[in-house]
Amino acid sequence: MNATAKKPVKRMGLLIDYEYCTGCHSCEIACKQEHNYPVGRGGLKLTEFLTERPDKSLRIDYLPFPTMYCNLCKSRTNDGESPSCVKHCQASCIHYGSVKKLAELMESRPHAALFTPI
Amino acid sequence: MGEMGERVVRMGAWSAGPGCHGGCGVKVTIKDGKLTKCEGDEDHPYLQGRLCPRALALTQYIYHPDRLQYPMKRVGARGEGKWARISWDEALDTCEDKMRTIRDKYGPESMVFGQGTGRDAGGYIIFLAYAYGSPNWTLFGLSGISCFTPRLAAMSMVMGDFTFPDAAQFSPQRYDDPEWKAPEVLVSWARNLAGSGCTDHYFSGHWAVDMMKRGTKLIVIDPVCSWEASRAELWLQIRPGTDGALALAMLNVIINENLYDKEFVTKWTHGFEELKQRVQEYTPEKAAAITWVPAEKIVKAARMYATAKPAGMRFGQPLDSNREATSTIHALNCLWAITGNIDIPGGNVITRPPFGVTIYPYSTQEVIDLYGEEFVANLTKKRIGADRFPLVKNFRAWALSDMVLEQMETQKPYPIKGLWCQTNNFLANTAQDPKRHYEAVRKLEFNVVVDTFMTPTAQAIADIILPAGSFPEKDSVFTTGVPINAIQKVIQVGECRSDWEINFELAKRLNPQAVPWANVRELMTLRLKATGLTFEQLAEQSWTMAPKNHKSGTVPYRRHEKGQLRPDGQPGFRTNTGKVELYCTNYEKYGLDPLPYHREPIESPLSTPEIWEKYPLIMITGRRNSAFFHSEHRQIPWLRELSPFPEMEMHPETAAPLGIKDGDMVWIEGVRGKVKRRARLTPTMHRQMIHALHGWWLPETDGTSPNFYGVWDLNVNQLIPMGEQSTSGFGGAATKTMLCKVYKVKDEEATV
Ligand code: SF4
Ligand code: SF4
Repeated sequence: MNATAKKPVKRMGLLIDYEYCTGCHSCEIACKQEHNYPVGRGGLKLTEFLTERPDKSLRIDYLPFPTMYCNLCKSRTNDGESPSCVKHCQASCIHYGSVKKLAELMESRPHAALFTPI
Repeated sequence: MGEMGERVVRMGAWSAGPGCHGGCGVKVTIKDGKLTKCEGDEDHPYLQGRLCPRALALTQYIYHPDRLQYPMKRVGARGEGKWARISWDEALDTCEDKMRTIRDKYGPESMVFGQGTGRDAGGYIIFLAYAYGSPNWTLFGLSGISCFTPRLAAMSMVMGDFTFPDAAQFSPQRYDDPEWKAPEVLVSWARNLAGSGCTDHYFSGHWAVDMMKRGTKLIVIDPVCSWEASRAELWLQIRPGTDGALALAMLNVIINENLYDKEFVTKWTHGFEELKQRVQEYTPEKAAAITWVPAEKIVKAARMYATAKPAGMRFGQPLDSNREATSTIHALNCLWAITGNIDIPGGNVITRPPFGVTIYPYSTQEVIDLYGEEFVANLTKKRIGADRFPLVKNFRAWALSDMVLEQMETQKPYPIKGLWCQTNNFLANTAQDPKRHYEAVRKLEFNVVVDTFMTPTAQAIADIILPAGSFPEKDSVFTTGVPINAIQKVIQVGECRSDWEINFELAKRLNPQAVPWANVRELMTLRLKATGLTFEQLAEQSWTMAPKNHKSGTVPYRRHEKGQLRPDGQPGFRTNTGKVELYCTNYEKYGLDPLPYHREPIESPLSTPEIWEKYPLIMITGRRNSAFFHSEHRQIPWLRELSPFPEMEMHPETAAPLGIKDGDMVWIEGVRGKVKRRARLTPTMHRQMIHALHGWWLPETDGTSPNFYGVWDLNVNQLIPMGEQSTSGFGGAATKTMLCKVYKVKDEEATV
């Protein structure tokens, strides 16, 4: 991709398909490596939610929350690469794209969250 | 190195660094001789660019200020922490000299060669041990070698090969391969996918997620409510150590309800009637009382598994830890055999290393081929444990860990004088009863530790410490799974040398005839012969896979029908009868029960009710954690941040009457000792069980005696005995089943 070409201004975001997020932490460390963030800082913060179902069984959900330190991997995406967390997610459950495209994708997902960190 | 500019090199990741068993492809960026980044390789078929946290934190591992960077010798008393830097020449001269002295005075068998968990370690350690002339290669400290070996031994005896669930791993196209089918049901038995964050041998954890996305339903068998359990169609919350009883009851249902694959059973199995008779003893009701899984759920799981076509089954290390591990795994093997799920798309596929290439000769037959019958006959005579356990004698070349320890203590029937300890941190991790190991090893004449960081073990027992390289500091080949990956040395850190280089050079000094190659690469090229590639060619392309129907018989499917499994080229399996042996003739020959059975753990509510009364909780340890590989990575900042404290997990309702709140320091006490942990309360735990992660030590604290980085405060293996291995010799480390009680520590004791 030609880096100097002017891109249409689109709102970009991350879709987390959290039906499949296993809580493996790869996304957090991928982000830290990419941006060399120190301990205590990161573009994602993984959170665990434990919910009791009506039949008393547990549902475990993990959700990586994009923080103010997420810049959607500007330099990578400018080069046509996917954001580091998207590429390395072991469950392939983080998607990057325009909000419009992601919202479309979201239609078919049982559990998903769309984030627009910047 | 030291050239300017940046380059990206593709290679496999294995062992030191992420620490793991897996076969990922990575792309490392090298700038001015330094590794600046480690990313996944999106063109690699194993994980398509995905990667675990430990590989993603590789730069912090490689350039950690605490990395061992040059050889050292001990200049104070053992444990005093006084070390002097020495040259490689002096280090290897000392090793050669001391080891020659031991060999001349007592015989080569008096030196034990201990490794930690497998990975590529077996290769270079066998290589050194055999060149030196010692048969005593062992997984030092782990009772019954209770990791992977029991299941390999069991499956090899029962069906001549071992299987893994089919995630299309043998095809470069993976899930798009038209022959592949997603299993309708995948049984995930004692595996913690998310926690392990990969680390599996042969089967990467997240392949299960890939299959779920393709419609696969899960049956999860786990005492803890894992993420997978919470997503499962059916979750059986089993009591640890009772997997055999559950498997037998499932067999009971499948056989008595006629749900088995009659054609497969008739054509390809041996001993169905005997098995049918045996499983009558294990009704779902009886198994429910043993396993704590309600009978209806056992029946449901059996029906669901047996009526799904195809169905896969993967299982984890806890089964190797069953009291009679090799019998438990026999029972599981019967499950996928009588349902006809062997070597079919989406079933359990027979797994052989691609092209038949192994990095080292790990089967007894290969050892004979390489070193000659006579040499091997002598090795078997002196190998510790081989005379007492026929299965140990006839499967792999391990000396049996429990008996090695005993012999170190008694010095009988022949003396043990030295330990070569490589990739093994037994004081913090590998060994059960680590104090007994400490006392035994500190009395030996000469101990060498090879590692990447200073560890409690190195501090406590080493006379010489050799600094090993991480994977990008090493030329090696990944062979325990698909594809075959090249690993190549692209950086130099301090004076570190790869484990292969270290052992190669020392082996050459000790026995030049046994090392006819000029260097490690030449040896790798020889091992790679069947691929038609040299090491350099493989490194250039990074990985390779055997094509379908390759004559090595290393690619599925239905190889038993095609005559691709047996050395004689006949259809069938590589067993005495040519069939899958539900009734195992080798077990019978070795004096073991030829049919599967359940035996209670050494301590349990049923086997020791008097202990259960005083110690009313079951302690599970050894569960995986994505931040750490066993005892590694506690000093890596990004990883330690994910899991900063040595914790003990407990159900809030169990904690409340004990007055234990989240974050409290508690004692975990068993019959044999007690350790201190920090409580984490979570409803994912069973109310009568706790979980304490293994491998904890605190690199930030004092490493000298007696603290040894806090290991005696934290190491839960102090609650677990040695010498209680399975009847077959393989299996039985009671890492999931010891009984304990938990109570708050008094304020003045509350460090950690
Ligand atoms: S998109 Fe980039 S910056 Fe944002 S969380 Fe992912 S890795 Fe971090
Ligand atoms: S890498 Fe993917 S699966 Fe792992 S925690 Fe992050 S979002 Fe979840």
